[in-house]
Amino acid sequence: MTALLSASTKAAILCMLLVAATGRAAEQTINVGSKRFTESYILGEILAQTMRGSGEARVVHQQGLGNTAIVFAALKSGAIDLYPDYTGTVAFELLNRKDATTLDALNKALAAEGLGAAVRLGFSNTYSIAMIEKRAAALGIAKISELALYPNLELGLSQEFLNRRDGWRALKETYGLPHTARGLDHGLAYEALAAGQIDAMDVYSTDAKITRYALRQLADDRRFFPPYDAVVLYRLDFPDRFPRAWAALKTLENRIDTATMARLNADAEIAGRAFTDVARDFLGGNGAASRPAPGPAARRSFWSVLFGPDLSRLTLQHVGLVGASLVPAIVLGILLGVWAARSRRAGQWILAAVGLLQTVPALALLAFLITLMGTIGTGPAVVALFLYGLLPIVRNTASGLIDLSPPLRESAEALGLSPLARLIRIELPLASRSILAGAKTSAVIAVGTATIAAFIGAGGYGERIVAGLAVNDTAMLLAGALPAAALALAVQWGFELLERCVVPAGLRLSPQNDATG
Amino acid sequence: MIVLENVSKTYARRIAVHPVTLSFPAEKTTILIGPSGCGKSTLLRMIVGLAAPDTGRVLIDGEALSRENLQANRHRIGYVIQEGGLFPHLTARENVGLLARHLGKSTQEIEARIGALAELVGIPAETLHRYPQQLSGGQRQRVGLMRALMLDPPTLLLDEPLGALDPVTRHELQAELKSIFAELRKTVVLVTHDMGEAGYFADEIILMREGRVVQRGSIDDLFERPAEAYVRTFLTAQRVARPHAPA
Repeated sequence: MTALLSASTKAAILCMLLVAATGRAAEQTINVGSKRFTESYILGEILAQTMRGSGEARVVHQQGLGNTAIVFAALKSGAIDLYPDYTGTVAFELLNRKDATTLDALNKALAAEGLGAAVRLGFSNTYSIAMIEKRAAALGIAKISELALYPNLELGLSQEFLNRRDGWRALKETYGLPHTARGLDHGLAYEALAAGQIDAMDVYSTDAKITRYALRQLADDRRFFPPYDAVVLYRLDFPDRFPRAWAALKTLENRIDTATMARLNADAEIAGRAFTDVARDFLGGNGAASRPAPGPAARRSFWSVLFGPDLSRLTLQHVGLVGASLVPAIVLGILLGVWAARSRRAGQWILAAVGLLQTVPALALLAFLITLMGTIGTGPAVVALFLYGLLPIVRNTASGLIDLSPPLRESAEALGLSPLARLIRIELPLASRSILAGAKTSAVIAVGTATIAAFIGAGGYGERIVAGLAVNDTAMLLAGALPAAALALAVQWGFELLERCVVPAGLRLSPQNDATG
Repeated sequence: MIVLENVSKTYARRIAVHPVTLSFPAEKTTILIGPSGCGKSTLLRMIVGLAAPDTGRVLIDGEALSRENLQANRHRIGYVIQEGGLFPHLTARENVGLLARHLGKSTQEIEARIGALAELVGIPAETLHRYPQQLSGGQRQRVGLMRALMLDPPTLLLDEPLGALDPVTRHELQAELKSIFAELRKTVVLVTHDMGEAGYFADEIILMREGRVVQRGSIDDLFERPAEAYVRTFLTAQRVARPHAPA
């Protein structure tokens, strides 16, 4: 176990150091993706184990990759070779083609991108709107159209459903619904529904929790939701590159019906079994499991999750992400800060640019970087954290230099030191406290922001948070959030120690300590 | 000899110095005096290249100050401001030796020179390991002077060097500065607004007001042959006892 752990930590460190090109490291690796919800995790694992069983290549499951846009970007760029998705999602969300509902029509449209859809898994996981059975019965609501009669009902919808083309806005229009919907994480929405904070939410028809929470799925009486048949979305060159793995995948055709999928989801979410185990049991020994995934932990105590065997790997990955992004951010940040202080005009542009970077939502930035860099994982995550880290350092460097007392600056100039010597020997040391404060802010923010790296398979404590959110497992979520908070405190504390080494002694004195006349 | 030839300077919309031509003779002490904002500091800053004149030029020993010879000229000028302008992150010793080290002088040479200067300005050598924050005002001023004298420049420019000191320390330092100027035979330009100090140091005084030179001469000239009424007003306001006045 120890040997295995140290091997995996070494691999993790290597992963962090290599940027960009690592996505498709070896030609003989198959990368399977999945989105960050239970069913996608399980399906991804089933696909991965099935192909691993063919023995043709190493199979890596890049699990829980953020939202649809990120997984699709990863597929287009070749960072992953295939992932499970649904026909409706592909048609509406990815292709914007309402008419393309058959597999043939989808493939025609996807071919232009070098992609294809195949291997109908055998179930449809359509969206629907659900309410607590008792509440729905009391109000007499059985169909979505009847929601319109109760304009005061609170709707809590997942961000993805709120924002996708075939989601809330289109639904609202089709049914003439007067409600204003609130955005909620899908995992949390069940709790909110049970607690009566919301009255209706979006669900997938294979959700394990529909039975558990005794929900009524409202009938789609205007046939708004298209079929969401589960299929494999793949790169067209894949079957030629890995014919045996592809043949193995084909055996999954029609193997999973709706009831089976709901049972697998319940195994993971309610019985708290690891995704790898759920997939392996389903395949009945016909596949080979991935390394233990951060499965849900309903049956484990919080402490055993917190100090689980993945803690050291996640810590190393998290620290690695922060370190690998912070060091270049400090170097470039100081350079840009110096430039901004030297030229006010350039300074305005520089600060506006790095400030603008902060306003780009993390998932959008990640999706963009995946497309740009053609890879998922550590590379784009480090670049995103690096970009987010610039502002505090640039701003504090510039203001630290600009705020230097004019007599001191002029003394250095009048002395006849070259501009570079002035900067290095006088100005930067005098501004060191401000610069360090900026770096500290960046570092603490980076520790928090690095949790999103898990959305694109870069690991870190975010893995637990993402998994916890995906399966609504509070213990798992906390087991990710707490170490992240502890690390943020440690970083803060570390920077205060660092201040003693970096800020010159003469600047840390209180005035007139032991002055004599 | 330093010559300001037809120099002028305008900041934003305020005229700091009207076009003027002035010379500062070698090995003499010239005082620039006048009320706040009269342009005296601006003239000093032109010589050391901190302010570029809008018109005219600065000639040092016959050579016009330019971008190319700016740094070399600065190495031949010692510039002292109020409180010494010491860098708080460096010890007194590091402040004094900074430029010499930057110019690649040997440690041995630097240490010897610092020792000699400490003796000259009357500061105990063990005080030099302290940071400026740990020094008294008078000590800071002495260290500032040491730093200005480090490369033994022919010219010293002092901008209100004693302005922030208490009267006793100030009096003490005045006497020491005067003897140092005399001993080292430097070309000194000292800016002050204190006529008593001016009279004490000056070979020659230049009285300025609102960016123009009002009168140039010895302290006796100012008392006995004031160029305009303002000279008398200025002297009266300062309650200066006339030196060497007939009994």
